[in-house]
Amino acid sequence: MRAFWSRFRQNRGAVIGLIILAIVIICAIAAPFLFPRSPWSMVQRPFLPPFEMDGLPLGTDALGRDVLSGLFHGARVSLLVGLVSTVVALAIGIPIGALAGYYGGLVDDALMRFTEFFQTIPSFALAIVLLAIFQPTLAYVILAIAIVSWPPVARLVRGEVLSLRNREFVEAATLSGQSNLRIILRQVLPNALPPIIVLASLMVATAILLESSLSFLGLGDPNVMSWGYMIGAARTVLRTAWWLSFIPGIAILLTVLALNLIGEGLNDALNPRLRKRTS
Amino acid sequence: MSLLAIDNLSIALPKGADRELAVKDVSFTLDKGEVLCIVGESGSGKSMSANALMGLLPEGVTPSAGSIHFENRDLLTLSDDEMMSLRGKDISMIFQEPLSALNPLMRVGDQIAEVFEAHDLLTPTERRKRALELLHEVGLPDPDTTIRAYPFQLSGGQRQRVVIAMALALEPKILIADEPTTALDVTTQAQILDLIEDLRMRHGMAVLFITHDFGVVADIADRVIVMQHGEVVEAGEAETVLLNPTHAYTRALLDAIPGLSFRETMQPANTPILSVRDLSMTFTSRTGGFFRKPRVVKAVQDASFDLYKGETIGIVGESGSGKSTLGRCLVRLLNPEKGVVEIGGKDISKINGSALRQHRRRIQMVFQDPYSSLNPRSRIGTILTEGLIAYGTDKITAREKAQELLTLVGLDPSAMKRFPHEFSGGQRQRVGIARALALEPEVVIADEAVSALDVSIQAQVLDLLADLRDRLNLSMIFITHDLRVAAQVCDRIIVMQQGKMVEFGPSSQVLGSPQTEYTKSLLDAIPGKAHEQALAAQRELRQ
Amino acid sequence: MLGFIAARLVKAVFILLAILVLNFVLIHAAPGDPAAVMAGEAGAADEKFLQDLRERFGLDQPFTVQLWNYMKGAIQLDLGFSYRQQMPVAELIWDRLPATLLLTATAFVISIVIGVAAGVLAAQTQGTWWDTLISSLALLFYATPLFWVALMASLLFSVVLGWLPGFGYQTIGANYTGIDRVLDIGKHLILPATTLGLFFTAIYMRMTRASMLEVSRLDFVKTARAKGLRNSVIQRRHVLRNALLPVITLAGLQAGQIVGGAVLTETVFAWPGIGRLMFEAISQRDYNVILGVFFISAAMVLLFNLITDILYGIVDPRIRLTK
Repeated sequence: MRAFWSRFRQNRGAVIGLIILAIVIICAIAAPFLFPRSPWSMVQRPFLPPFEMDGLPLGTDALGRDVLSGLFHGARVSLLVGLVSTVVALAIGIPIGALAGYYGGLVDDALMRFTEFFQTIPSFALAIVLLAIFQPTLAYVILAIAIVSWPPVARLVRGEVLSLRNREFVEAATLSGQSNLRIILRQVLPNALPPIIVLASLMVATAILLESSLSFLGLGDPNVMSWGYMIGAARTVLRTAWWLSFIPGIAILLTVLALNLIGEGLNDALNPRLRKRTS
Repeated sequence: MSLLAIDNLSIALPKGADRELAVKDVSFTLDKGEVLCIVGESGSGKSMSANALMGLLPEGVTPSAGSIHFENRDLLTLSDDEMMSLRGKDISMIFQEPLSALNPLMRVGDQIAEVFEAHDLLTPTERRKRALELLHEVGLPDPDTTIRAYPFQLSGGQRQRVVIAMALALEPKILIADEPTTALDVTTQAQILDLIEDLRMRHGMAVLFITHDFGVVADIADRVIVMQHGEVVEAGEAETVLLNPTHAYTRALLDAIPGLSFRETMQPANTPILSVRDLSMTFTSRTGGFFRKPRVVKAVQDASFDLYKGETIGIVGESGSGKSTLGRCLVRLLNPEKGVVEIGGKDISKINGSALRQHRRRIQMVFQDPYSSLNPRSRIGTILTEGLIAYGTDKITAREKAQELLTLVGLDPSAMKRFPHEFSGGQRQRVGIARALALEPEVVIADEAVSALDVSIQAQVLDLLADLRDRLNLSMIFITHDLRVAAQVCDRIIVMQQGKMVEFGPSSQVLGSPQTEYTKSLLDAIPGKAHEQALAAQRELRQ
Repeated sequence: MLGFIAARLVKAVFILLAILVLNFVLIHAAPGDPAAVMAGEAGAADEKFLQDLRERFGLDQPFTVQLWNYMKGAIQLDLGFSYRQQMPVAELIWDRLPATLLLTATAFVISIVIGVAAGVLAAQTQGTWWDTLISSLALLFYATPLFWVALMASLLFSVVLGWLPGFGYQTIGANYTGIDRVLDIGKHLILPATTLGLFFTAIYMRMTRASMLEVSRLDFVKTARAKGLRNSVIQRRHVLRNALLPVITLAGLQAGQIVGGAVLTETVFAWPGIGRLMFEAISQRDYNVILGVFFISAAMVLLFNLITDILYGIVDPRIRLTK
């Protein structure tokens, strides 16, 4: 663990990413305390530009809502959707990939055809279709994102399991009478974990982007304030109040960037290059 | 004046490596037309010296002292451009891995023609003509077809011939061969060595041959340099070094080579402990989707034999002979297509699921690769006790048993708490052996159990196995490609070729007076036989 | 090679059929009356209208019969009727498809060309400030929301600077012909295509760079150096060609994302393609149009995939000669 942290720390970008993410998390936690009023409530005249009035440092939007409050409450939605949808996607992708890679043959064929099908479908379009047909509540948004983002997990896990399953230590475990389930859980998956962790950190980032895109199109939960919704609502007033689109976009960009940087740091720390050979 | 003179060469490793210098104070010369062998185990710095000569050191590794004189020029002081025009023209090199030494996307002929192009020689038509001649010269069948082939369409030995053709294209004065036959089967190895020898005679080039195998040295070397930990420990005429080594390390390396000496055949007991009848295994691979016929490989055909209590049977053969497949069918890592595998009277060839799991402990395996045979994320203690716990032994008893086993294989019981990466290859193989013994199997199968180890370690592990067999009265099946190793440990030997058992009998009979051409050719291909004879003669003289 | 393409085609057909089944299931899985779903907000309140729909589409018949009828229609390119627009869905899509094909294909080509070129440059200048610059840009592009960068680009280049049109497919009322028309469309295309391609440019940059560095370490590159080949030749002939293989695979996988991204870009730039059509259909809950566009974009993805597969076969003899 200490070795992991010292390798992670060597990647300066990853540390910066971690700091940014920590700030976003703090904002999300602090939102209900700092802004106890609903981010939907009108607090001032509409189109109040930033830095003009004390107490409203980022001004108000087209309906006189506090932009800063929206930003803080939006952080909650972004992180929640990013995290939960990734967990759900992992919960779908890991078993499918592990079973396909471990059992091979017909099981593999069937599961991989299924995965390939989902990978071929334009994922964003599928998410739109799902949310257009079912009601766009937060739960459905999370589910839709998970449904379109599990195939890469399944493929990665399958590849890892496939290469691990013929390693001699797995064969040795078979010979020593351990059950298949135990072998998958104890021998195979722990060794496949590092790339899964890296992928997961990148998936949280992608999920946040997806959520914001869906909200931008008006397919987000109409009851929760999100960064994508803020940009979508401000789109028509881009010429007159550009900052209303600009500010939430920066928030998305920084959060996603932070997660990507952390992903790279994790990659460096978890998958150190093979030691250089000398002979 | 020598063709090449290396004086006091030192090569520095990047900071943070396990030692400061890869090569320290190395000096040697190479004369026109001679074969100089550099011998050493992995990590001895033998390859680094050769790479320095070509100006092809890995990034971060630099020569820190000394000189390399070739035709009155110090190669270490040449510019990149000067070095480039020297490479491939005056000095060429062939590498260990023929499978990855060629660009997979380019035709073989184009890759040979590229050598002329690199040095701005000949017209494209002439280059092609020369490429064809070269393919012919290195003994590739049907050069007209081969020239248009892609590397994946050729075998390992054929690819190595292509690499040699490229190295020869411009008639270099020096050919550096870095373990060029290590990845090949013995018979292919013998052919490639013959080819190099033949080409040296015809072109009069000097050969710098890097190897870990003293058998190969005995066959081809004029002079020998022995390296250990980056330093030259012994140098001299091949015969002198091989027959009268002065340095302890050279002696240890030479002693570690198993000779073709046979073990006394034991008297078989009455009933076999393992009985195999008509065992067959066929692989079918779907290569081309819907529209192609599947490829069918008969990996094992009708294998039948009995193994008696306390006996060791060797299964030998080249890669692709089916020996490993046979082993895997016996322990049921593969499901045999047909046949019977009876262990203690119980046929385990067709049972599955929990019925199979009940019987798995009776036949265990020691694996080839000490690096992939232990789970990198498990402690040694867990690795050794998992099997016992799966069979219902309680944790405390299992741990006690594991500690006993560690002592038995010559490791300290404190190893229980450590992870595999904290051990050397030889130590890991000892753990692998302990794991196989943990379940008190009736039969142990060792699948190339010493092939991945350096010779000196190999000898230690072989001794351990022999010792355990005698002490515990183990019944073993020993799968190997190395006939010398098989001769040393096996009572009886099965020779396999293309899935069939072509010969089966007591070791002294199979290896002493082989009945089939195939076994004879395998025996002939073993490098270092001349040396063996010289050694025997020496022994007789002394008596 | 022909067998390989044929196998791919068969697979593509199966996937298309599977998507049709999925479409059908989605209509029926939606909460509420499928007739209401199909009618959308257009006529959900009118009971007689719904009854008509039920009869017309056989919604009172067994499930399998309905599925069979639906598939039969779809294969004849009958994708249903849009009650909002009072037009068959297929016709609506057919009108808009060329604009989307132009946009996505341009974005695809731009992202691959720029991405690969920058990736190669970064790999060759590894460790210098060029490498740092390119890698940082890749990170930044990779984290930028597509719709936001489209908005900001139209604000900057169209509203503030006035360099490029930020709206539509051609200048309305100009009635250009011939080369003028091509130039006019080209000018309108620049912003949407570059913003749509930006995210993918970043992906190809990173992939190409990593792949180049990976291949540089392989044995055959050492062989090439031992031949005395010039470094530029080694990079071009040996490293780049091998390094492009994973990039081509990735490009095939990403094709679907580009088509999906078109919904966002077309919405921001009012590009009259099927993405914009989908956006309009979302706000009107016009389900037949949404599902129709979904089906057609999946077909486009399969086409892109097929092209990259063939490309892979051309570059890699192992695929071409064994499959």
